Amino acid sequence: MFYLGVMLPLWSSYLVKVYAWKLILAKEGIFNWVFEQLHLTPVLDAVLSIPVIGGNSLSVSYVGTFLVFTYVWLPYMILPIQASIERVPANLIDASADLGASPLKTFRHVIFPLALPGIVAGSIFTFSLTLGDYIIPQIVGSSRLFIGQAVYAQQGTAGNIPLAAAFTVVPIVIMGIYLWGARKMGAFDAL
Amino acid sequence: MRSDAPRASLPLKLAAGAGLAFLLLPLLLIFVYAFTTEEKSFQWPPPGLTLKWFAVAWGRPDVWAAITLSVQVAAISTLIALILGTLCAAAVSGSKFFGREVISLLVILPIALPGIVTGIALRSAFNLFEIPFSFWTIVLGHATFCIVVVYNNAVARFRRTSGSLIEASMDLGADGFQTFRHVILPNIGTALLAGGMLAFALSFDEVIVTTFTAGQQQTLPLWMLEELIRPRQRPVTNVVAMVVVLVTFLPILGAFYLTRDGDQIEGTGVGVSHTHRISFREQNQ
Repeated sequence: MFYLGVMLPLWSSYLVKVYAWKLILAKEGIFNWVFEQLHLTPVLDAVLSIPVIGGNSLSVSYVGTFLVFTYVWLPYMILPIQASIERVPANLIDASADLGASPLKTFRHVIFPLALPGIVAGSIFTFSLTLGDYIIPQIVGSSRLFIGQAVYAQQGTAGNIPLAAAFTVVPIVIMGIYLWGARKMGAFDAL
Repeated sequence: MRSDAPRASLPLKLAAGAGLAFLLLPLLLIFVYAFTTEEKSFQWPPPGLTLKWFAVAWGRPDVWAAITLSVQVAAISTLIALILGTLCAAAVSGSKFFGREVISLLVILPIALPGIVTGIALRSAFNLFEIPFSFWTIVLGHATFCIVVVYNNAVARFRRTSGSLIEASMDLGADGFQTFRHVILPNIGTALLAGGMLAFALSFDEVIVTTFTAGQQQTLPLWMLEELIRPRQRPVTNVVAMVVVLVTFLPILGAFYLTRDGDQIEGTGVGVSHTHRISFREQNQ
């Protein structure tokens, strides 16, 4: 059941998810309404007044962009981590507990190091997907361009495909370095 | 093993529940908004509930055109992906040859790379060969990443299907086609069906690559994107979004149950090949 609960948002339409967040973050939407009911509107206003990440409302601020990115790519992080935690041998956890470690210590020294490749593998997906996305920052976010938007603007309205292609080299190089590092940490074995 | 595992503690359960709520509540919210009477804004809580937007959405020809195009594109690219992906998986898992690792990397690349890179690459390639943007350029773009899903599913199943089954079939005089039809296909069938369903869902939903490869046509995601940037009738978008959530839920459920059953079939498959091997050994002695 839990697995299905993660799979459903993973496979449901990307645009529908972004759309749902546009509904949530709208000025008259549920997010502001909840803050109002809890009398926390000043807190929200304070966050929004922080120079770079703030904005007029959540749907035109970086805070909103971060929230939507987090939501949309979360299942891509959950599944690899789940797979790698499942592979941690249960007798290691028992041994750690037998030797007197608290659950927190067991997590810190046994489960976490063994699950690390899965976490790195998940971060490959989330990092790559965020890097190439230009739709979320276009719909929820400020007017400053993300790299994907810069590419899209160059090829679309300006018709300058060579420059757009040159821009795409940046994420390719970043991903190359990232994948190389991930490989060193053994993330590919966790996939 | 599993039954020995300790039950999850209460804080862990709460954390997992909160995570699930974070994942699922936004989708449920769309369902509420599909019934709202408010037309101009996204007001919460909705001032009233109505069913009239379903009728309005039903009567909109642009919605129907977008849905039809999306279904056609998804069907054809899934078909292409099923054929090419299975062939690729068979080659990579069945034999060792020069450049095998490179091929398996190249097949997975369209999913690993940001969609915008795939999109730009396809667009400049189409420009270079002076191919006009049409229905078929959308299909080509979708097929590139649909292949990955089918390939991944098929290659995993091939790896777990014992090669001795194929050898046994060949030894018993079946030709290549008969072996494929009666031995390989029943073994990988459920994996292919699951892969095909996921490929269909992926194509039905794809927007980034499509914006680069589509001409004047609007697939359903392109239609939604248009509505998100320049809203015309917000409640109609709500209804369409709700229907999309419901429709994608069905293939996921299907794929989930198919792959689960598939594991059991695969288990018996290994058993069969094992008995084969034992009987061969007995004959030799």
